[in-house]
Amino acid sequence: MDEIKKGVSRRGVLKGGTALAAGLAAPTFFMRHAFGADFRNNPGDSSSVTFGFNVPQTGAYADEGADELRAYKLAIKHINGEGDGGLLNTMQPLSLKGDGILGKKAAYVTGDTQTKSDAARASAKRMIEKDGVIMYSGGSSSGVAIAQQSLAQEMGIVFMNGLTHSNDTTGKDKRRYGFRHFFNAYMSGAALGPVLEAEMGKERSAYHLTADYTWGWTQEESIKNTTEGLGWQTANAVKTPLGAGDFSQYITPVLNSGADVLILNHYGKDMINSLTQAVQFGLRDKQVNGKDFQIVVPLYSRLMAQGAGENIKGIFGTTNWNWSLQDAGSQAFVKSFGQEYGFPPSQAAHTCYVQTLLYANACQMAGTFYPPEVIKALEGFEFDGMGNGKTLYRAEDHQCFKDVLVVKGNDNPSSQFDLLEVVQEVPRSQVEYDASIFGGELGPYEA
Amino acid sequence: MMSKITPRNDNVMMGLFAVAVLTMPIWLMPIGASYPDLMQKFAIFGIFAIGFNILFGLTGYLSFGHAAFLGVGSYTAVWSFKLLSMNVLPAVVFAVLVAGAFSFLIGFISLRRSGIYFSILTLAFAQMSYNLAYSVLTPITNGETGLQLAKSDPRVVDALFVEAGAGIPSTNFFGIAMSGYGGFYFCAILLIVGFYLSLRITRSPFGMMLKAIKSNQNRMSYTGLNTRPYALTAFVISGMYAGLAGSLLAVTDPLAGAERMQWTASGEVVLMTILGGVGTLIGPVLGAGIIKYFENIFSAFNESILTSIFSFLPDGLQDVVVSVVGLFVGEGWHLTLGLLFMIIVIYLPGGLVEGAQRIRTYATKKREKKSAASHQPQIAE
Repeated sequence: MDEIKKGVSRRGVLKGGTALAAGLAAPTFFMRHAFGADFRNNPGDSSSVTFGFNVPQTGAYADEGADELRAYKLAIKHINGEGDGGLLNTMQPLSLKGDGILGKKAAYVTGDTQTKSDAARASAKRMIEKDGVIMYSGGSSSGVAIAQQSLAQEMGIVFMNGLTHSNDTTGKDKRRYGFRHFFNAYMSGAALGPVLEAEMGKERSAYHLTADYTWGWTQEESIKNTTEGLGWQTANAVKTPLGAGDFSQYITPVLNSGADVLILNHYGKDMINSLTQAVQFGLRDKQVNGKDFQIVVPLYSRLMAQGAGENIKGIFGTTNWNWSLQDAGSQAFVKSFGQEYGFPPSQAAHTCYVQTLLYANACQMAGTFYPPEVIKALEGFEFDGMGNGKTLYRAEDHQCFKDVLVVKGNDNPSSQFDLLEVVQEVPRSQVEYDASIFGGELGPYEA
Repeated sequence: MMSKITPRNDNVMMGLFAVAVLTMPIWLMPIGASYPDLMQKFAIFGIFAIGFNILFGLTGYLSFGHAAFLGVGSYTAVWSFKLLSMNVLPAVVFAVLVAGAFSFLIGFISLRRSGIYFSILTLAFAQMSYNLAYSVLTPITNGETGLQLAKSDPRVVDALFVEAGAGIPSTNFFGIAMSGYGGFYFCAILLIVGFYLSLRITRSPFGMMLKAIKSNQNRMSYTGLNTRPYALTAFVISGMYAGLAGSLLAVTDPLAGAERMQWTASGEVVLMTILGGVGTLIGPVLGAGIIKYFENIFSAFNESILTSIFSFLPDGLQDVVVSVVGLFVGEGWHLTLGLLFMIIVIYLPGGLVEGAQRIRTYATKKREKKSAASHQPQIAE
């Protein structure tokens, strides 16, 4: 063995290696600042701008994600003046001209959030660092949305929230670079309250099953505040893990709790599973305290209703938007979405489509892609003709205020998509609240 | 890797490795992977896999719960950012120490068994940690939402030196920002140091002891030697590597979520190690790189990108090719990874490193044959 024999000394190699490494690394350190861009991913003279669409393509919210992606693609088409123009025909006031944004064509890249904060942020970073996106968007889980929104602030790239319903998104965790068109749990509670009172009376005892993350927590809190305001009791509130699959162990105790209303703070496949099991356990056929047992799903979506099938008949909830609305904006969107894909859009698709258009419109209005100016154009922007009537992007918390729909599972659906019956369009004034009640700080314009 | 184990060859390998890691931004450019976030992930998961290999490859203990230490490292680092300072140095140091202590506890119990029972024990502990982080320990971990920085965090050390700015401050290493390239070089240097340490461990008498445990633990015991302290040390070292990797995840992106501790994350590092080559030095790093590349690049291919790639084909054929290839990219990237993994395990049980060795042996044999052939006439003379 010649192991003892000395070749080059270890110290020599290490020294040489370090020097070499430092030499190689040095140019990259200097190059970093050499490109003199005044803000990150400035499109400059290029003929196109890139948007990033980061949606769940796998996991519990994959159905929503797929529908969101369809809407994004449609929005890009309309911005570039292809197709029938969709909501560009109805939006008021409108700065876009159907020839791209500020003379540049819109392009996009996609990514999979896997409904995990880590994966979502990795995917978003790829879009920002590699693909050079000027804005990114996506949604379906509030936890993921909040994680991406704080990344947006760090990176100085605007994030347009897709479907996220937690109060925290524009409350405790709001950011200057994050915007939300979708409604939130507080608004669900405020809209649902009067309807629940009319349908179920003032003496009820509610049992909550809550998805154990930011959205579930805030929705439980908001709904509890509403129902307790009506005079209802809260029998118990149990947290269930996200993506549990089997909820039987959580539903059995409901039967013996003395509660006569079950409130399911679940969404996506979780809601489909928990509702189906609750119905299978015979909850809805029961009489408790001399009243019919009722189930409430505060946040509804048509995709979930499709998944739950028969079980959703007569169950109350709220949605941001439904394709059956008769205003010009909603009709125009349903028409172009239907022509493209052959079926009506979900509320997730609607909010994502609107968000993309709103961002593009704000750039056109501001006359630049420079984020602080775009943000200022969006703040306090009031518009109409996008469904939901007159809508305001409140400057204090970047939350949109508009009418909220209270819906019920349709007893006699006329088609496989006609699953939700709009019980009431609750006017915007009834769901408004003071921006300061949830705390949080937007942060600076310059990231 | 090297044909003969000599200090000289080790040094050459070390030098080559360092150069390869530090020049990543250049040679990864053609395959579209030279952006900071992905290169940071390469380095971080390289560290994770190197550490895991000390336990699995060297000592022969298959842990299915290593993600727990990764998670503990992340949480510790984020808490250090929240409470002490945005400087990454205390975060990294504390994360390694806490992960070391935590792995000592779990290792002390789990190492009473070996083989499959050990694997199951570690899996159980990791899953327990995951569920604790997810629900019971919500005040510490913020559950599913994940632990994030807030502007109102105390940051006692920073508060002494600098005035708080308007936004949430970002992580730094004495002023060098840890997002982007700064973060990559920080991780890369730690990867090189980690690799060097693992090389020294492998070559040391202690490393020899670990290999002996792997080859026949019973015989070791019959000679009157207590193997458990050695195995436990290996376990703790490997846990500290995982803690370091976890802290670096938080350094480059100050957020910690419970999903980092899930069993799938533990499984991933096993895949990385096997894909690259169990028990080899360079293999785990290679495996980590490949899996992260698939996860980030393959998953982002969508229809429009594929259509432009295959635009040279005639129309009808293009549609067919795009729809078939589409199954394996985008959301189907797991499928591609699964196939690759099967091929490697079936045909190259020693991982990619074995593949490289086979190619080398094949090449040398050919050369020998050639030279043998040219020598033949002389013999005939």
